[in-house]
Amino acid sequence: MDFNNFLLMGQEIGLIAVFLILFAYDIIASDKLKRWFYPVACFLFAVQTAWGFFPLPAGEAFGGLYVASGLTVLMKNILNIATLLVFLQSYTWLNSEGTRHKAGEFFTIALVTLLGMYLMVSAGNFMMLYIGMETASLPLACLAAFNKYKEKSAEAGVKYILISAFSSGILLFGLSFIYGAIGSLYFSDITLSVVSEPLTILGFVFFFGGLGFKLSLVPFHLWTADVYEGAPTSVTAYLSVVSKGAAAFALLFALYKAFGQIEVVWEPVLWWLSVITITLGNLFAIRQTDIKRFFAFSSISQAGYILLGVIAGNAQGMTATVYYVLVYVFSNLAAFGVISAVENASGGKTSIAAFNGLYKTNPLLSFVMMLAVFSLGGIPPFAGFFSKFFIFMAAASEGHYLLVFIALLNTVISLYYYLLIIKAMFIKEGEPDATGRFSSDVYNKTSLALCTLGIFVVGILACIYENIGNISFGI
Amino acid sequence: MFFIGIFGFIVRKNMIAILISLELILNAVEINFAVFNRYLYPEQLDGMFFTLFGIAITAAETAVALAIIINAYRSIGNIDVNNMNKMKG
Repeated sequence: MDFNNFLLMGQEIGLIAVFLILFAYDIIASDKLKRWFYPVACFLFAVQTAWGFFPLPAGEAFGGLYVASGLTVLMKNILNIATLLVFLQSYTWLNSEGTRHKAGEFFTIALVTLLGMYLMVSAGNFMMLYIGMETASLPLACLAAFNKYKEKSAEAGVKYILISAFSSGILLFGLSFIYGAIGSLYFSDITLSVVSEPLTILGFVFFFGGLGFKLSLVPFHLWTADVYEGAPTSVTAYLSVVSKGAAAFALLFALYKAFGQIEVVWEPVLWWLSVITITLGNLFAIRQTDIKRFFAFSSISQAGYILLGVIAGNAQGMTATVYYVLVYVFSNLAAFGVISAVENASGGKTSIAAFNGLYKTNPLLSFVMMLAVFSLGGIPPFAGFFSKFFIFMAAASEGHYLLVFIALLNTVISLYYYLLIIKAMFIKEGEPDATGRFSSDVYNKTSLALCTLGIFVVGILACIYENIGNISFGI
Repeated sequence: MFFIGIFGFIVRKNMIAILISLELILNAVEINFAVFNRYLYPEQLDGMFFTLFGIAITAAETAVALAIIINAYRSIGNIDVNNMNKMKG
């Protein structure tokens, strides 16, 4: 056995080390020591995040099962940053009555799901992809049901586990046909011998359907709103950003590396799915009254925009997709940070009405929310504008003008409903019993500051986009 | 078997029955892998390995799903999917 292979898995091993330390700490430490659990966990994970920015070796391990390249390291860094921000936002919730005794479990479970996502991103073989996906989605179902005594949370957990098991069954069914047609599960072998014959296409359709559930594209999106509403807010943030980002990266690799030769087959599929996803996501978002459901549909339509970058199928599209996810991480997490702050202060209210008059009581929070929403909607000075711009450029460079036009129309629709939140915060009067001025905990403040910084800096610093561009590749 | 499983997943109202249907789907896939491997590519073992991994993961999945269903049973009182309707939209 060649142990050199493990050198390539530096980030995974680091993550497992963090996991084991926290796990032992959670079990062994006395109650007195446990007070330090939260800062220690955040600090360790911050170290792990920072470590990813040092140059790491690239190559293939275990006969091509595992692939490490500059791009996978970058994707893992994005996932790391997002997870760190979610951890920082979860402080008040984890210290509340029902969850204080199991705060450690939240971290350990979340780290296991993150490990699964690492494997998804680094997979060079469909078996690895599947194992990573299951490692990511099974613990996530436990997280969705984390508020044990809330009916909604239990319901969200049930819905998530059943749907994710169902979707992985469909995905596997597709994979079995691809295996039957080609005789290998390695991306590198498949790309050599894939041709558009009926068995491959059948397999591909099932495979794509299974992955579509994870990305919550439109015909497969029905679980999204329910699970997002029922799950605890921090978990919702995690689901909507980290889990979705990992699924997008995995889709990118599977399409480019394994099915790059049959682009004619998957391009029309992606074309229609992205149109339906963006449009329906936007239209349903308009009529939501619960802010978490609202962001569920908003994230569905964002997934449609991500597909727009994937469809381009060249290096530019890949760069734009990764960049889009990076920007989406900061903007969406800023929004969720504000949501959890408001939720904690108002005793668990998550309706949009709870935001009425927020500007009067908490100008700073409403300002951050405004930045986040503008960035999601794509208003110029913020990062969201540039990410949308690049993704439209990538799609247009391959001649998908009609698609870009439809997406642009949808941006206008999305601005309408994003502005509804702004209206609630700035124009509407707060109810008399609304929560007065409140102050969120220092961790949440840190995360919101980081997000705000991210929204500005990622948009303005051109070198970030160029860096991504240098290490990405097309078909 | 796969389509019996899909049918069961959609039609059945009891969550345990849905879980059984899921098992049917996954077992169908695993048999599929094993058969493709045995008859089309007898010289290699990829499909067999996939089957083994698949069985292990399926077992883990069932365990987690059962735990979550028990949790739902405690807070809601039964395991009929029609009662899972607190959230609509």
